[in-house]
Amino acid sequence: MEHIAIIGNGISGVTAARHIRKLSDKKITIISAETDYFFSRTALMYVYMGHMKFEHTQPYENGFWEKNRIELKKGFVKHIDSTSKTLQFAEGDSLNYDKLIVATGSKPNKFGWPGQDLNGVMGMYHKQDLENLEKYAPNNKVCKHAVIVGGGLIGIELAEMLNSRNIPVTFLVRENSFWNGVLPKGESEMINRHIKNHHIDLRLGTNLKEIVSDENGQVKSVIIQETGEEIPCNVVGLTAGVSPNIDFIKDTQIEIGRGVKVNRYLETNIPDIYAIGDCSEQHEGIDQRRPIEAVWYTGRMMGETLAQTICGNKIQYKPGHWFNSAKFLDIEYQTYGWVFAKPRENEAHFHWKHADDTKCLTVCYNTETNDFLGLNTFGIRMRHETFDTWLTEKRDVNYVMNHLHEANFDPEFYKHFEKEILTAYRNNLQTA
Amino acid sequence: MSNKLDQSMSLAKPDALDITNKQKIALSIGLIGLFILVLAFFNVNFPNKGLFLTLSLSLIVIGTIIYAREAYLTKLEGIKNDGVWFKSISSRGILGWSLGIFLTLFYIVLYFFPIYLGLGKDGAVNTGLIALFDPLSNLLSGNNASQWFVYGTLYTVAILVFGYKFMLKYRHNRYQQLRTASVMFFQTAFAFVIPELMARLNSDDFSLPYNDLKNMWPLNYYAFDQWRVDQFINAQTIGLFFLILGVVMVFVISPYLTYKYGKRWYCSWVCGCGGLAETAGDSFRQLSDKGIKAWKFERWMINSILVFSVVMTVAVISTFLGYDSEKYWFTKSVFLISIGIFLTLLFAGIMYYKRNELNKSAIKGATGYFTLTIVFLVFFSFFDLSQIKINASYFSFGLNQNTYAFDGALRSFYGFGIGSIFSGVIGTGFYPILGNRTWCRMGCPMATIMGIQQRLFSKFRITTNGGQCISCGNCSNSCEMGIDVRAYAQKGENIVRSSCVGCGVCSAVCPRGVLKLENDSMDGRINPTEILLGNDVDLMDLVNKK
Repeated sequence: MEHIAIIGNGISGVTAARHIRKLSDKKITIISAETDYFFSRTALMYVYMGHMKFEHTQPYENGFWEKNRIELKKGFVKHIDSTSKTLQFAEGDSLNYDKLIVATGSKPNKFGWPGQDLNGVMGMYHKQDLENLEKYAPNNKVCKHAVIVGGGLIGIELAEMLNSRNIPVTFLVRENSFWNGVLPKGESEMINRHIKNHHIDLRLGTNLKEIVSDENGQVKSVIIQETGEEIPCNVVGLTAGVSPNIDFIKDTQIEIGRGVKVNRYLETNIPDIYAIGDCSEQHEGIDQRRPIEAVWYTGRMMGETLAQTICGNKIQYKPGHWFNSAKFLDIEYQTYGWVFAKPRENEAHFHWKHADDTKCLTVCYNTETNDFLGLNTFGIRMRHETFDTWLTEKRDVNYVMNHLHEANFDPEFYKHFEKEILTAYRNNLQTA
Repeated sequence: MSNKLDQSMSLAKPDALDITNKQKIALSIGLIGLFILVLAFFNVNFPNKGLFLTLSLSLIVIGTIIYAREAYLTKLEGIKNDGVWFKSISSRGILGWSLGIFLTLFYIVLYFFPIYLGLGKDGAVNTGLIALFDPLSNLLSGNNASQWFVYGTLYTVAILVFGYKFMLKYRHNRYQQLRTASVMFFQTAFAFVIPELMARLNSDDFSLPYNDLKNMWPLNYYAFDQWRVDQFINAQTIGLFFLILGVVMVFVISPYLTYKYGKRWYCSWVCGCGGLAETAGDSFRQLSDKGIKAWKFERWMINSILVFSVVMTVAVISTFLGYDSEKYWFTKSVFLISIGIFLTLLFAGIMYYKRNELNKSAIKGATGYFTLTIVFLVFFSFFDLSQIKINASYFSFGLNQNTYAFDGALRSFYGFGIGSIFSGVIGTGFYPILGNRTWCRMGCPMATIMGIQQRLFSKFRITTNGGQCISCGNCSNSCEMGIDVRAYAQKGENIVRSSCVGCGVCSAVCPRGVLKLENDSMDGRINPTEILLGNDVDLMDLVNKK
C-alpha cells in the first residue's frame, strides 16, 4: 500500500489528506511538531480573547482521524532524504514514505532588529506564540503596555486581542496608512480611524529601531527609528508579515526560492515530493496572483487539487477568481476579483463610503471595456457565488452596480445601501 | 493548553476579568432587590407589600439596566464575547455551578413544595414570597397570587431586562433586535398580561381556563385535558373559538409558518421557553455540547418524548371521550381511527416523497416510532384505560402517593417527568451547566414536530457563502442547539437541520460573513459539496457532480 506522508497539519495538509482518503485506500500519515490535532490557525485569537477554548478551534473531533485511517505523528522533521525516501526526526526516529507532501506553512518575519529574540517578544502565528502571549500578557497588571510592529492582518488581530484584556497597545506601522499596499486609500484611511476609535495608539509611518532589554533579558521598551522616542512596554508583537517555513529543507535536494518551488502540478523538482499551501512557491504567479500565497483558501484549494494528482487524476492547480476576507476589529472585509491599492493602467475605482465611517466599498473596472474587475466591501456582506458568476460572465460595471442588491448577504432586516451606492455611482459618472 | 488566566474555580476571585466600579454598584442594586425577595421568602412580613414588591422589582430592573449599559454602551458596536470562557458564571466555574444549584432548588420548590414559598393551602391566606406578590396579582386578575403568578412575574421580568441587555449587546444587528423585541412582547402580552386580565371575565356561570394563546399543543401538554376542553365547551362561542383556534394552530397555522420561515417563527420569535433561553440564557449558549455523542442522544431523546406526548394525549382524550360518550360528538373509536389514519398517511407520505432525503438511521427510527405509536393506538381501542390502575409512587421517588387509571398515570408521569423535571428543573435550572436550550433541544415535542417539518418541508436554511469559511468555530461555539455549524460551513453546505431555532447568532459572530439565514426555494436547499467555490471550475464540476 502506497504511503503518503504529509508534513504539516494545517488546512493544506489536512485537506489533501481528507481528499486522498475519499479517493483512495492509501496509507496516510500527517506529521506535526506544533499540535496533536488540526486546528484553525485563524481562530487562535479567539482563544486569547476568551470567545472560545482551544479545543473549539479543532474542526474535527479527535476520533475523526482514526475513523478515517489518517495516522497522526507528533514530531519535528529534521531532514528529508529523498534518495531513500526517508524522513528523519529531531527526536531521533525516522519514517519511510512513497510520496511526500510538504505543507509546513509560514513563520513570522523577523528583520534582524536588535533585541528581537528577547523574552516577551513574539510573533502571532503558532500555537506556541499564543502560549507565550498568555505567559507575558495575561492581563494589564503583568503587561502594562504592548507594542506591535507591522501593520498587516496579524498585527491588527493582535491589537484586538490585547485590547480585549484592556492592555494598552501602541501599533507601529511602517506605511503611512494601514495596509495601504493592498487597500485603496479610502478604505485604508477608514480603518485607520476605526483603529484609533478603539483607543489603540496607531503610529503610521513609524519604524522600529530596537527592542531594549531589562537586566533579566526581558523586554523593557522599544525605540522608534524616526524620533528616537522610547516606549516602555512588556510585550512586543512582531507581525511584519510571514514567510515560508522551510528551514529544514535548505540542505536537501529540493529546489527552493523563498518557498519550495513547485510547478502547476504542485510538484517539486524531486519526483514524488510535492509542496502546497503557504510554504510553496509557484515559478510564476498564476493569473495575477503572487507566486507565494499565504492565504487559508489557497492552501485548501491546493490540497483539493493535489489529492487528485496523487490519486491518479493528474491535474494542474488552476484557482478560480480571487477572493479573500478578513475582519478589522469590528469591520468585516471581503474581496472578490482584483482591486489593487491604486488603479493600474486602464483601470478606475469607484469608492463609496457610508456616513457612519464603518461601511464602504470600492469597485474596480476597466476604463476601455467597462468590464467589472473586482470589489472590496467593508461592513456589508456580499455573496461569493454571485460575484464569481459575474466575473465569469465578464459583466460590465454598470450591470454590477445595478444588480448589487442581488449579491447582498447581510442578515435579514439589515438596512440596505444599494440605492445610495447607485446614486453615488451615477453622480460620479457625470462628474468624471 | 492551559488558559492561565482561567481561575474560574477559585473561590477568592472567581473572575479573571474585572468589572468596572459602576458595574459593581449596579450589581449591588440588583442584589438588594433580590434580597427583598429572599427576606419575603423567609417570612419577613413587609408592612406595605405593594411598595416593597415594586421596590424589589425596580431595583432588579434598574441594576440590570445599568450593568448592561456599562458593559456594552461604553464600547463600539460589534461582537461582545470577550472573556465568555474566562468568566466563572459562563464557563461552568464556581459562580456558574452556584447559580445552577440555586435555580434547580428554586424549581424543585416551585413545582413540588410551593408551600415553602408561602402558598396558602385550601383557601388560607398566602404568606412569605407569594404574599408579597398578592397586590400585583389583585391588580391584574383580581385574585390573590399563586406560585405560578410569582413565577410568571419573575419570568417576564427576566425576559424583559435580559432582553434589553441582549438588544444592547447586538445593537448593530437588526435581526437580533427585532427577534428580541418580539419575544419580549409575546411573553409580556400573551403569556402574562392578557391571560391575567382574561381571568377577570370569569364568573360563576362563565369561566375560561388560563389560556396563553401562543402556547400550543404539544408544548402545552394539557391543552386537550378534559377539564380544559369542558371549560372551553361550557364557555360557548368564545370558549369554542379558543378550542378550535388551538387545533387550527397545531394543524394549519404552525405548519404554514414553519413552511415559510422555518421553526424560528416560533422558537426564537414567539415561544416563552425560547424567550427566556435567548435573553436570560444568552450567556450560557456556548455551553451546549457539540459532540456527535450528544447529537445521537438528542435524536433518541427528543423523538421518544414526542411519541410519549402523542400517546399520552391520545390516551387522555380517548378515555374521556369513551366514558362520557354522550357529551361529545366525537366518539372514542372515531377519534382513535382518525388519528391512526392521519399518522399512517403522514408516515407513508414522508417515506414515499422524501425517501431520498432520509438516511438509513432516520428511516429505521421513524419506522420504529411509528409502529410503536400504532401499537398503542390499538391497545387503547381494545382496553378501557380507566380500569387499569397504577400506583404513582413507584415512578415519582415517592413524591406522589396516588393511584391513577392508566391514562391519568401517563398524564401525570408526563406532567411530572417531562413538564416539570425536564422542562423546568433541568431545562432552566441547568442553564449554567448544560447551556440555555437543553429543553428545546432534547425535550420539547413541539420543537420536534416543527423540526421534522423544517428538515423536510420548509423554505428555511442557513446559506453558507461559497468558499469563505475559515473553520474558526465561532459559529459552532455559539450555537445554543449544539449544532456543529462549522462542519457544514467548511464544506460549503447549507445548514438544514431540524433542531435549528434560527436565532441567527452563528451568522452574527461569523468573522468572514459566511452564514445567512434565509427563506428561499426548496430546490437545491441541501447542497453538500466536496470542492468549494473558488477553485478550478473543471475540478468542481468533476468532483461535485459525481
